[in-house]
Amino acid sequence: MTVNGEVVTRDVEARLLLVHFLRDELGLTGTHWGCDTSNCGTCVVLYDDEPVKSCTVLAVMAGGHDVRTVESLEWEGQLDPVQQGFMECHGLQCGFCTSGMLMSARALLDRDPDPSEATIREAISGQICRCTGYASIVRSVRWAAEHPAGGVG
Amino acid sequence: MTTTTPMGHGRMLRKEDRRFVRGRGRYVDDLQLPGMLHLAVLRSPVAHARIVSIDTLAAEAHPKVKAVVTGAMLAERGLAWMPTLSGDRQAVLATDKVRFQGQEVAFVVAEDRYSARDALELIDVEYDLLEPVVDVRRALDPDAALIRDDVPGKTDNHCFDWETGDAAAAEAVFARAEVVVRQELVFPRVHPAPMETCGAVADYDRIEEKLTLWSTTQAPHAHRTLLSMFAGIPEHRIRVVSPDIGGGFGNKVPVYPGYVHAIVGSIMTGRPVKWTEDRTENLVASGFARDYVMQGEIAATREGRILAVRSHVLADHGAFNGTAAPRKFPGGFFGVFTGSYDIEAAYCSMTAVHTNKAPGGVAYACSFRIAEAVYLVERLVDMLAAELDRDPVSLRMQNFIRPDQFPYTSRTGWVYDSGDYPRAMELALQIAGYDELRAEQAERRARGAGEPLMGIGVSFFTEAVGAGPRKDMDMLGLGMADGCELRVHPTGSAVVRISVQTQGQGHETTFAQLIAEELGLHPDDVDVVHGDTDSTPYGLGTYGSRSTPVSGAAAVLAARRVRDKAQLIAAGMLEVAPDDLEWSTAQGGGRFDVRGVPGSGVTIQEVAMRAHGAGDLPDGVEGGLDAQISYNPDNLTYPFGAYICVVDIDPGTAVVTVRRFIAVDDCGTRINEMIVEGQIHGGLTDGIGMALMEFIGFDEHGNCLGGSLMDYLIPTALEVPDWETGTTVTPAPDHPIGAKGVGESATVGSPPAVVNAVIDALAPYGVRHADMPLTPSRVWEAMQGRAAPPF
Repeated sequence: MTVNGEVVTRDVEARLLLVHFLRDELGLTGTHWGCDTSNCGTCVVLYDDEPVKSCTVLAVMAGGHDVRTVESLEWEGQLDPVQQGFMECHGLQCGFCTSGMLMSARALLDRDPDPSEATIREAISGQICRCTGYASIVRSVRWAAEHPAGGVG
Repeated sequence: MTTTTPMGHGRMLRKEDRRFVRGRGRYVDDLQLPGMLHLAVLRSPVAHARIVSIDTLAAEAHPKVKAVVTGAMLAERGLAWMPTLSGDRQAVLATDKVRFQGQEVAFVVAEDRYSARDALELIDVEYDLLEPVVDVRRALDPDAALIRDDVPGKTDNHCFDWETGDAAAAEAVFARAEVVVRQELVFPRVHPAPMETCGAVADYDRIEEKLTLWSTTQAPHAHRTLLSMFAGIPEHRIRVVSPDIGGGFGNKVPVYPGYVHAIVGSIMTGRPVKWTEDRTENLVASGFARDYVMQGEIAATREGRILAVRSHVLADHGAFNGTAAPRKFPGGFFGVFTGSYDIEAAYCSMTAVHTNKAPGGVAYACSFRIAEAVYLVERLVDMLAAELDRDPVSLRMQNFIRPDQFPYTSRTGWVYDSGDYPRAMELALQIAGYDELRAEQAERRARGAGEPLMGIGVSFFTEAVGAGPRKDMDMLGLGMADGCELRVHPTGSAVVRISVQTQGQGHETTFAQLIAEELGLHPDDVDVVHGDTDSTPYGLGTYGSRSTPVSGAAAVLAARRVRDKAQLIAAGMLEVAPDDLEWSTAQGGGRFDVRGVPGSGVTIQEVAMRAHGAGDLPDGVEGGLDAQISYNPDNLTYPFGAYICVVDIDPGTAVVTVRRFIAVDDCGTRINEMIVEGQIHGGLTDGIGMALMEFIGFDEHGNCLGGSLMDYLIPTALEVPDWETGTTVTPAPDHPIGAKGVGESATVGSPPAVVNAVIDALAPYGVRHADMPLTPSRVWEAMQGRAAPPF
């Protein structure tokens, strides 16, 4: 599979979950493991540009596919606007759900660059945040929509 | 990259976010050490049973297994039982019986995560089933099965009794009161369910005889002391590291058996051992919250003057008393159940019992049971308003403790430090447009059938946070103080080391702001060190909204100590008397100038260089510019707030939608407005969760019915509104900058606002009360006149 633009080849057990492959085999610990039942969304990554919960994907299923994690968002030293938006608008507290939220936000903005509040809430409704009460996450995504080229340095 | 308020207090973006948005947080499960092994725990599938036998041979034969450990093996080392924070004891691994579903029975250490889990399947445990005690109301029945037969002489499931207030005075008032309202109020068992479950990595160095434990703890220093006392490892050879924590909410205050398992596993194998619980383990076996059945009574005159509040509480503490509360407060701070009202008498008696359920009790941002207390009094006041046909706002206004009555000693002995309740309530009414909302409600009701059922709920809370004064409060003999160590380097930047630990509250930012404000530094020039017992001073940790009231005060006082010393050094540099100097930060940085001659003096950076430099210092002044302090608060701080919730209920499906939520909070001086707002938003979400969906229930066999996030429902972005917040500031008189704790205010204050709104919406159906969680089915039952408690 391709992970964050690099081709990765490994022999793994058929039952290994993608979330554990990313974390334990590749050391990409930005993707978190939160529930096992696909309810919490802390493990969301982009899978061929679509957000998926990596605890529902077997690593072997990802063979031949393109996987992107939170570690790929920063590009040549420049934070992605969604990363900047979460910082500007206090879209995170403990940071544990943040990676998944950022990836869902990135996927949303890729297909809808100017989403409404309702659209944003729908897009992150498969994910749980225990800290923020979501309003600041919604504002963070709106900030990113309004600053497609990022912030003022 | 970021914009910052240049100095001190204000909306400064968080320092810690730089790593979190890049996926570079450092959580316990992220840790990979050379040679690290993985631990998995075998848990009881049943609530109450005698263990007949445990066969581990097949598990031991698994090629990747390094150790299989049972309770019997721990008992040989004297480690089968450990103390809880309440002075009870809890099984590290069950030896005789299992006492709740999910209790730890054995553990496996293996080469990888999956193999450890595989080996659990190979352990064969034979159980002899016993009758489980599930119904809290029947736990003390003479024929109830005895749960705690491990305690010599114990013959029933009684845990403790506790009372507060004046029973006779309350009885006298109730006997003559014109109006008395009584109601049983159930605050069901819920769970903090932080997004990161609990876990640990233990690394015991046999050469140095030193244990390093990375763990998901909100109280690393207290855990170090407890582990030393229990495991017999000298305390200076234990280092507890609490790295980034993915949410705590009280769930990560207790010492869990899993931490001890990891330690034992590392000692046995000589290798680092990681334990990370899964979501089901977290929900089923770790610290729950609430679980109070409260008989509430309120007495008043016909004119609406509240005279007394009385309650009896039946508290379910589960199989072991694992609650975390100061020793003299087994019922936590439930004693503030008189709320925000000036009344004549109050009394509460509490009976706590054991059941075959997981231990815990004080968790989920409750401020040591104030969530339960506020729910009790705010539901009773609303029911009194209904009884008297009064508006719930005007009834509250009539009975508030007046601003001129502070400091106010409540009928249960709590000294409320400061407050202006009418001001907060008026601001909430103004933001809400309360009169217009009532007019809309009347209009909708007049229109009748088919309209959503609109409800407006009000609550007002007073909290008591920042535990606590040494004279009253300790946990297992440890005073609830917090330390701070501040070092100012020669070039004028600083490192502050604190004993509390962030789980998302933003300590790395706010504590830098506190020091920056006091020393006239830029917050970027102050780094905050926390969460590592080897590099921070002693203190009891972050819970009960105590970081700002206790540790925040310690940081400010340490900075002021540094500034006092800097003044002596500056006086020497300028060859004037210290009293001739004045301090200012007006020029964008801290400096001492000769009084009345701006620009004549030296900057804090110049003083720092002199303090560490070669030049002369005044007589009696040591080199360096450091300070260390241990702060013991004189009193708690008493934040308060006024909340208004607007709901719409679909009359056809009974689904409750929270349309608006208005929250006015007064937590005294705010250090970082943005962070305070974030704390409030999170708590309001908790309140909607508890009121409408979160519930750890049990079937008659003691099976936990909330064991996954498919069953234990937590609000998503679709179930909560955008928050409307307001601020009043009544500084705390006993805190050096007037700040009060705020981390739990909204969790404490919001559940009654939501429930009051739902009951208000159901008024046309004659509904007087319905217990949480107000799920569609429970609301529907209430609409049909069949409201029943959840258990």
